[in-house]
Amino acid sequence: MKFAVPVFPGSNCDHDMVNALRDVLKMEADLVAASTTTLDGYDAVILPGGFSYGDYLRSGAIARFAPVMDAVKAFANAGKPVMGICNGFQILTEAGLLPGALQANRSSKFICKTSDLVVKNNQTRFSSAYAAQAHIQLPIAHGEGNYYCDAATLADLKAHHQIVFEYVDNPNGSTANIAGIINRAGNVLGMMPHPERAVETILGSTDGLGIFESLITSQKEATHA
Amino acid sequence: MYLVKIYVTYKQSILDPKGEAVNDALHRLGYQNVESVELGKYFEIKLRADDRPVAAEVDEMCDRLLANVNMETYRYEITEMEAL
Repeated sequence: MKFAVPVFPGSNCDHDMVNALRDVLKMEADLVAASTTTLDGYDAVILPGGFSYGDYLRSGAIARFAPVMDAVKAFANAGKPVMGICNGFQILTEAGLLPGALQANRSSKFICKTSDLVVKNNQTRFSSAYAAQAHIQLPIAHGEGNYYCDAATLADLKAHHQIVFEYVDNPNGSTANIAGIINRAGNVLGMMPHPERAVETILGSTDGLGIFESLITSQKEATHA
Repeated sequence: MYLVKIYVTYKQSILDPKGEAVNDALHRLGYQNVESVELGKYFEIKLRADDRPVAAEVDEMCDRLLANVNMETYRYEITEMEAL
């Protein structure tokens, strides 16, 4: 399985992501430039964390107009898997590929710590490796991770089981403790916690592996179907 | 040529922790009469007149980029100015 990891000016979790994919999961993974206009030949795209374009204006607001994002939208509209981690999640909401927005943490502090999460929906291609309602630990590191959506959108997310990860102790003020959501079609996931930082025992947790393993398994099943 | 002044602020339902921090700091400086502080963004755009209605173009800029309408609202003032 071949992954593309778009790199925007200011991305800083791109190499961690490639390390997780190549060295730990033994997958093919390429860093691709923000100026890239096609993602042909890739099976999945992961938008990494960081501070794309310095977070100028709003987190993800400028990255959303990078040339590679037209290719990401086409990739997502074709039903292929797209995942956004942290700043990647912010970019996906700004791009309209996921509903809602990420606002400043309630505490107005940058929060960098391990967070306890519940896997609310393990019936997605990003979470099938986890047991139902599994408790996992992943690092978070963000100043603007406070997920916001209006009541109608929240009802919609719940009705279609689009909330994939929830915080146990809401660290940032997110609506309905939301840490990660999926789109209605089930092929675009956004989450604030960093699974790529929890893939080896030496990192303190391997709980992030399940997300990548789920995706790899679903890809194998799709290829062999 | 037009000068467009655009103000972007959070919707009432959205937390404004930066505004609250400034509010608290003003109180600490002794300005106990400060009721509230909203911290938003201000843009000045100089726009050449063309065949498009200016207000419609400004609305579009705000909706597409300058504000995130999920959590922010905007208002603007348009004044005609001498060409640079």
